[in-house]
Amino acid sequence: MMYEPVEVIRARRDAALADLVRSVPYLNVLGIKFDRRGDELTAILPFAPSLIGVPTPPAIHGGATAAFLESAALIELAWSSSWARIEAGEEMPRLPRTINLTVDYLRPGLPRDAYARARINRFGRRYASVHVEAWQDNRARLFAQATGHFLMPEGA
Amino acid sequence: MLMDLSNRSKEFVAAIPHCAALGIHVVDTANAAVTLGLPYDVRLVGDPATGVIAGGAVSVLMDTAAGAAVMAHPDAHGLTATIDLRIDYMRSATPGQRIIARAECHHVTTHVAFVRAFAYDEDETRPVAIANGTFTVIRAQPSGTEA
Repeated sequence: MMYEPVEVIRARRDAALADLVRSVPYLNVLGIKFDRRGDELTAILPFAPSLIGVPTPPAIHGGATAAFLESAALIELAWSSSWARIEAGEEMPRLPRTINLTVDYLRPGLPRDAYARARINRFGRRYASVHVEAWQDNRARLFAQATGHFLMPEGA
Repeated sequence: MLMDLSNRSKEFVAAIPHCAALGIHVVDTANAAVTLGLPYDVRLVGDPATGVIAGGAVSVLMDTAAGAAVMAHPDAHGLTATIDLRIDYMRSATPGQRIIARAECHHVTTHVAFVRAFAYDEDETRPVAIANGTFTVIRAQPSGTEA
């Protein structure tokens, strides 16, 4: 049996993720990046002064936090629903559309990097339900969490 | 008094770096409702296939409008923070058009403000998004009515 070289696998997956993230202009405005371990993604929001919503004491804008959580959910959905296509070297389908998002603000977003991981609780042909957790210094101390419902594109 | 409250919400928005980064500005602060605008900008596109502005940018607009509505409320003093915010995205905003969000406190208790916001593009008969949120309230001291 022939094994695909690890460099080839890594390059294909990294390129697919980079293309997906680059295709959404708004992700670049916020500076959102994604870290990949196999198929597991962690969204990263590097702190920037332009993210501040409350000047003193400085805190990340609640809307930017919501945008970060929604982005983490959308990319997770697009990524995990396209895994087989990525492995086959096919094109990614269109992005899912957000139906709604409920954000629970647990603590102020401090002026430092933030991280988020999304968990798909329901993935159907049409609708998906996703929960996202975001933290800064301590994984166990969330500063925000969200639940969102999404409409999947045709043929996802 | 009303003028002061209106100025307070204008200053609140003007002092927010993230709003400046997105081009969010005050459109109107009449009758206890705060209306903010977000100009169309290709940098804020969420779906490259359609050119529609990202839901996240609409979240920033609606969260700020809701917070400003709390700041403009006569019973609230000092800063406010979002406790929770739910946004329903009813339809895609038309690419190229400015989005506005109009927010109003529909109930304010000793510690909590209940706020509703509607977002529209140039068609103000059909909302693009509707938000419901709860925000912290700081009352003037001493109030004698603290629970």
